Amino acid sequence: MNSNTAIASVLLAAILTNNMVLSKFLGICPFLGVSKKTGTAFSMSVAVTLVMVVSTAVTWPIYHFILAPDYTYLETIVFILVIAAIVQLIEIVLKRYIKPVYNALGIYLPLITTNCAVLGITMLNITNGLGFVQSLFNALGAGLGFMLAMLLFSGVRERLEMADIPEFLKGLPITLIAASLVSLSFLGFAGIGG
Amino acid sequence: MNNKYLGYFTNGIIKENPTLRLVLGTCPTLAVTTAAVNGIGMGLSATLVLVCSNLAISLLRNVIPDKVRIPAYITIIAGFVSVVQMLVKAFLPSVDKALGIYLPLIVVNCIILARAEMFASKHSVLPSVLDGLGMGIGFTAVLTLMGAIREILGAGTLFSLPITAKFIDPMIIFLLPPGGFFVFGILVAASNALAKKNGKKIAEHLGCEACPSKGVCGNAVKEAAENEQ
Repeated sequence: MNSNTAIASVLLAAILTNNMVLSKFLGICPFLGVSKKTGTAFSMSVAVTLVMVVSTAVTWPIYHFILAPDYTYLETIVFILVIAAIVQLIEIVLKRYIKPVYNALGIYLPLITTNCAVLGITMLNITNGLGFVQSLFNALGAGLGFMLAMLLFSGVRERLEMADIPEFLKGLPITLIAASLVSLSFLGFAGIGG
Repeated sequence: MNNKYLGYFTNGIIKENPTLRLVLGTCPTLAVTTAAVNGIGMGLSATLVLVCSNLAISLLRNVIPDKVRIPAYITIIAGFVSVVQMLVKAFLPSVDKALGIYLPLIVVNCIILARAEMFASKHSVLPSVLDGLGMGIGFTAVLTLMGAIREILGAGTLFSLPITAKFIDPMIIFLLPPGGFFVFGILVAASNALAKKNGKKIAEHLGCEACPSKGVCGNAVKEAAENEQ
């Protein structure tokens, strides 16, 4: 029971209070670049969530059983290479065995290697000293939080296209200010999930 | 001849400022600029990595096969990031603490990969180093400016020295995530207004166009978005 509540709180905190995009500023590129269309935003976030969970499942044991305690300075270089390899592997497996999923998500996969949210979450799991199961749920929560932010924001942006905006704020500035307001609303979750 | 080299150097500082004009490296720009000193720390760390990786990639540009160039670049960049990480940890532990995971995340900073892909892989050593230096200085300048604005408004101090703290209540919201998005939005608006006055194009987040992974996934994502319409 106790461990169940701990996992639930990790999951909730990762989705709401420590939202990847809106409070940790990770994955801003896709957030600003891809969130214009709701469907694309959804597929992209599913792909990100998948890669986050699988990468955490691989990097956590590598860090704790191979790198720690003597070779922790190799964390950065090992993690980015492992993630790059995993992304390739996921792409190959999906292409061979689960064609419909590949057709929906495949194009987003290469993009994800250099997405700082993925490398960020695997490193945060280590820095925060989470256990293996907690790390997996933290990664899942981070992915879902990324999806929530992307979907909410794609709605906001669709409305922005119609709005009458002062000339000097058109384009990127108003997008950032809208993101600021969405992020402000997420501050209201502070305290939930610990 | 001299002018050409000067051009490579100044290009990144104003005309193609990576943060305000090319809109690259947005994540660290928003995340670490809660104080001016963090902006300098992040900016200089990224500059060091940028100069070294541009140098190495430019030297190796005829050796690295085209097909595996992105993984090769990432490995080179990750190597230099690890070096910088160890240096900062050893000599500036307070900066290391303030930057947290954003220091190793320089690996996936789009500015560095983008300059490798767009510039260093096509130019010889000296222009590449100058380009890296200019881009790095441009990045550092914007980060420091943004850190200064957020620190003055959010804490009433600048480089930890009290400025307005005594007579204006600091607005903590500027140190929180919404303040980051807001200040960056206003800075981009200001730089756009200046650009327009000088007859230049306004900065836009180009999505796939600006992404260094463009060469890998093509414009597939953009096409998918268009098909959806």
